[in-house]
Amino acid sequence: MTYRMKLWVGAGALLSFAGGVALATSPAPRPEALQTTELPRHQVPVSKDGNLVVGMCDGETSLEVKGVKEGQKLTRAQAARVSGELMDAWRKKNPDANWDPAPPPVVAQGQKQAPQQKNPPMGTQKPATGGAVREGGVTAESGGKEVRKQAGVNIQDGHSYGAFTQRDEAVWAASTQQFVDEGHRVFHDADAVGGTIAVSCDMCHPDASNTHPETYPKYQVQLGRVALLRDMINWCIENPVRGKPLADGDPRLRAMEAYIYAQRKGTKLEYGKK
Amino acid sequence: MGNKFRSIETKHYEERDAFFEGLKRLDRRAFLRVAGMSAGIVAGMGLRTPQSFQLVNVAEAQGTKPRFTFAYISDTHLYEQKLNDRFVRSILKAVDDVNGLDPQPDFVLFGGDLAQLGQAGELKLGAQILKSVKAPVRMMVGEHDWFLDMGELWRDLFGAPNYSFDHKGVHFVVLNSILEKDFWTERKLTPMERMKIVAGLDNGIQSRFEVGGEQRAWMKQDLAKVDKKTPVIVFSHSPLYKYYRPWNFWTDDADEVQALLKPFERVTVIHGHTHQLLTNRIDNIQFHGMLSTAWPWPYAPEGLPQLTVQMNRPDPFSQFDGCGDGRVDVLESGLVDKLYNLWERNPITVRGSYLASGGKQDAPPRTKLPSY
Ligand SMILES: [Fe+2]
Ligand SMILES: [Fe+2]
Repeated sequence: MTYRMKLWVGAGALLSFAGGVALATSPAPRPEALQTTELPRHQVPVSKDGNLVVGMCDGETSLEVKGVKEGQKLTRAQAARVSGELMDAWRKKNPDANWDPAPPPVVAQGQKQAPQQKNPPMGTQKPATGGAVREGGVTAESGGKEVRKQAGVNIQDGHSYGAFTQRDEAVWAASTQQFVDEGHRVFHDADAVGGTIAVSCDMCHPDASNTHPETYPKYQVQLGRVALLRDMINWCIENPVRGKPLADGDPRLRAMEAYIYAQRKGTKLEYGKK
Repeated sequence: MGNKFRSIETKHYEERDAFFEGLKRLDRRAFLRVAGMSAGIVAGMGLRTPQSFQLVNVAEAQGTKPRFTFAYISDTHLYEQKLNDRFVRSILKAVDDVNGLDPQPDFVLFGGDLAQLGQAGELKLGAQILKSVKAPVRMMVGEHDWFLDMGELWRDLFGAPNYSFDHKGVHFVVLNSILEKDFWTERKLTPMERMKIVAGLDNGIQSRFEVGGEQRAWMKQDLAKVDKKTPVIVFSHSPLYKYYRPWNFWTDDADEVQALLKPFERVTVIHGHTHQLLTNRIDNIQFHGMLSTAWPWPYAPEGLPQLTVQMNRPDPFSQFDGCGDGRVDVLESGLVDKLYNLWERNPITVRGSYLASGGKQDAPPRTKLPSY
């Protein structure tokens, strides 16, 4: 998989986003700490000829596709060309920004070989353009400041790909920690998780030990199907804890996932591990 | 009993029970022999296929005849029944187990954490249930019994938390190893807040467990009367060594307590609190953990003693897996063989000879599924 493939996937997601897929919001009450405002939307300009306008994941860049009307579907080849052009435009705006090359495909433990894909993804094509990839991922020095200096260039101020400050980083870290802490609270509180017999998660999993989030998805023999971490969280809530399983969007479930993953920082992902 | 005519199923289950009971008495070699002979029976244990166990001749272990045996039930963590009946069913299962032992053990050790939050309803329920144990019960206190009223009700019900006694040539010392330095006064915690903090494993607020100077002085005096050749067995709720501090799998003054035990030739410590198969040896002292009837703890991320052979990680889909009770065979030599009666699994014996040989002999079966 090359970076092109990743881009294409990104563009595809945006296409459906622009197509008006509403984000489901949870009706369940959430603690004050986890209140979120409505997610921002990328408003793409309207084509005066009624052409399809595709927005990029940066929330700014867009491209009018000549010859394809709004409401029509791109062919696979057209979509690849559009995503390539959008990426080129982004690279021009962010000349020194890093773009991680996609990792090679891995297979679940116990599987000998990845199944052959019927349609090789676009990513197998050679990338047309693109600067050198810099080591170390995105940093504050990834080019935002340089871009800012150039007059007349549209600056992505405060954008995560470009310029961000220590304060930004502190805010992000604190928000993440708040989310994790809320998970810690729910994990340690039989009432908060909806238990009826006073059993809480930490009673068998101190520090979220033996929850092994890195092994999911995996085939859970006892369930007779492939399970995600949240399926197992809900299994425990229903059985040892004797509560009602939480809905996918329930802020308590999301927070517990955050807490459990945070405890396993640095652990190698090994999906499918028995 | 009046039921002269027993159904095939009844006979089957009686034979099956006798078979698994027999397994607990086998040494390793005899076990392999029997297991080979009756592999089909073992394989069929979950299938409930009617078949006979009569073919199996359970051989007694050779040469290591116990001087006497005692059984244990530990870490029952009772809530009141109307709130949580699962843990109540578990202690009842354990009581059935020890009452079913034939021959009966000389006594039953209760390993502490009878209650979950030290409340009167919990402790009294536990005391009531333990009255139905046929053999005499020796009580030990755990932190879950203690930190609501600092042991007041527990002492009313069961007496002093530390004491000693002699039994068939062995000197027993029972400790209260879960004392903690005051972390609550300054924080102005209510008794229940204090209790709940101690009841949680993964918080850094509470102090670490200790036997304390006063009790160590008592122990020193008590041991002064005992011949150094007499086997000594110590009961403590926390492991009397330093395993994993963040979870209080730990006794802060373990080194000082071990020093008191050093002059004796054969010392065994049986402890609760860790809810897992746990084995250690420090010089002359052999350590064995006890299983909980309520839930198993995972192995700590570090500090696991080298001689510990882990138990298979428990199946979260099985309510009793990883839980159980057990038995201790005190051998003529003064060493002990420690039986972990894991519910719904093959029992595991950790032998005194395994520890004495530094792990070279009689190793317990290795785990198939270690902790993550
Ligand atoms: Fe316990
Ligand atoms: Fe305990």
